[in-house]
Amino acid sequence: MSSARNNNEMIPFEYLEHTADVKFRAFGHSPEEMLANAASALFKAMVDPATIQAKESWKVELEDEDLETLAYRWLSEIVFLFETESAVFSTFTVLLKENGTWKLQGEIGGERIDLERHAFENEVKAVTMHQFQVKKNDHWCLQAILDV
Amino acid sequence: MADINKINDNTYEVPIGYRPGMRVPGRIFVSAALREMVEPGTVDQVANVATLPGIVKYSMAMPDAHLGYGFPIGGVAAFREDGGVISPGGVGFDINCGVRLLRSDLEAKSVQPLINTLINALFEAVPSGLGATGRLHATDKQLTEAFISGSKWAVEEGYGFEADLTHCEENGHMPGADPAQVSVRARKRGRPQLGTLGSGNHFLEIQRVEEIFDEEVAKKFGLFKGQITVMIHCGSRGAGHQICTDHLEVLSKAVKKYNIDIPDKQLACAPLGSPEADSYFGGMVCAANYAWANRHIIAHWTREVFNRYFPDANLDLVYDVAHNVAKIEEHDVDGKRERLYVHRKGATRAFGPSRSEVPEAYRKVGQPVLIPGSMGTPSYVLCGNDRALSVTFGSACHGAGRVMSRSQAIRSFTGKDVQAALNREGIVVRATSPNMLAEEAPQVYKPSGDVVDVVHNLGIATKVAKLVPLGVSKG
Repeated sequence: MSSARNNNEMIPFEYLEHTADVKFRAFGHSPEEMLANAASALFKAMVDPATIQAKESWKVELEDEDLETLAYRWLSEIVFLFETESAVFSTFTVLLKENGTWKLQGEIGGERIDLERHAFENEVKAVTMHQFQVKKNDHWCLQAILDV
Repeated sequence: MADINKINDNTYEVPIGYRPGMRVPGRIFVSAALREMVEPGTVDQVANVATLPGIVKYSMAMPDAHLGYGFPIGGVAAFREDGGVISPGGVGFDINCGVRLLRSDLEAKSVQPLINTLINALFEAVPSGLGATGRLHATDKQLTEAFISGSKWAVEEGYGFEADLTHCEENGHMPGADPAQVSVRARKRGRPQLGTLGSGNHFLEIQRVEEIFDEEVAKKFGLFKGQITVMIHCGSRGAGHQICTDHLEVLSKAVKKYNIDIPDKQLACAPLGSPEADSYFGGMVCAANYAWANRHIIAHWTREVFNRYFPDANLDLVYDVAHNVAKIEEHDVDGKRERLYVHRKGATRAFGPSRSEVPEAYRKVGQPVLIPGSMGTPSYVLCGNDRALSVTFGSACHGAGRVMSRSQAIRSFTGKDVQAALNREGIVVRATSPNMLAEEAPQVYKPSGDVVDVVHNLGIATKVAKLVPLGVSKG
């Protein structure tokens, strides 16, 4: 999972080929930025973000001993909110604190699903743990495969 | 596919040593032509499963094998009750995704002129697509009942008939459900979705029996040439997805607690008999039962639609199979009867006449094995053989198997073109999203006939009938 890009060239995320599912890598100068970009990658796999207006906001609070597990739970939470709130999201802000355990405060902007405007490409059923990784090389990088 | 040994025309072995830690060899059941389509990652996944504690005989992949997460899709593995594990990686997120086949007493020639009308009516009657919620508005109590009693609960609520139950794997309700292992979050996702088809590769299809390969068995299954059948493919919706997600987190901690070395986090597991394993199994069974209830309700609405246009028509249940599930089964292992936890991930049980699990009506011939094709390609009904018990723990393939990624499909086809091409072949399609149609274009799957031929030639299940699509309703 190397990211040869230098600071100036960092892209927020990229999709990789996968036969049955959606695989992506999201990057960040900080773990916060990486987590926000990963959420954008997850959601862009479902709906074009340009069609979503951030009219409402949702708050997420999570805590875990391990950053990788926290990242998994953060992405799973977005899938959960999408389904239970019938909402689509386009903006993600993440605050992290580490004090023995990792604490995440997330704010998600979006709106309720309107099938007239929101054209879905995929339905993300779940975030898999297959090859799920959080690493720091030049940048922070999160790799995930989504079950669609 | 380097380092793979050919055992016979339809069997390849992944030897111990292909990757470190393998306890048993892998077996991939493919023809030479299908072997070319098996990605190296799929072989790696077969090898990964072979490292899990208590695995018996082989880590197997059915002819439709392709890249999954944890197990490959098409993966089958059995684990000893003593010393083995249970893993959601061998079941998947869509617990008890499965297929149900209804046989009508209608002939295609009388239904064909109404296909458009019927598909539109089915599309309206059975909620599908993203964010779809059911017509059902189940209460929390009803949801609990569905988790415990599956199709049996659905019948009690007035959906379908008592006689349907014996024509479902596990009679449509698997024992061992523990609703206490289902989180509030899973309930929240699952409750509004009971009675919905979902999206992606899930479908409801009107078919015509085009060819009968085995007259005697077809007769037992109630199938005849020119007959109209309906196939329903769906699973446990958000309930199953969330139950898997929740338990995956618990089990990924369990591997550390029990010192189990896993090559892939999705193979998170726990020793059978441990609290974590019991908890996952209890939750998984709830999702499996939810899926049976779901298919039961959808079948009921399908019958209602048909009866609107054909008031005297009967749509009897041929069978309902699970293809994402872990089950406790007895098998002969080296001459000894053992209780095993058989994981089938994108694989169908294919029991022959000797098994008491096969319903009475089919006991002389074996269980119906339902293999859906893609939108434009035929589906097949096969009959389970006892030979499968010694080769694959009584398992066969579950579909055609993808060969092209969804993103590549979207780049290669438009939904409109796919729809037009299918219409030219006389197949009517309704879908909530054009992109979903592109993703599920017939070309993204292996030819279903090739996959089924391997199963037939291996003798694990025998071809009975070929069903061709006339109309499809998709999410």
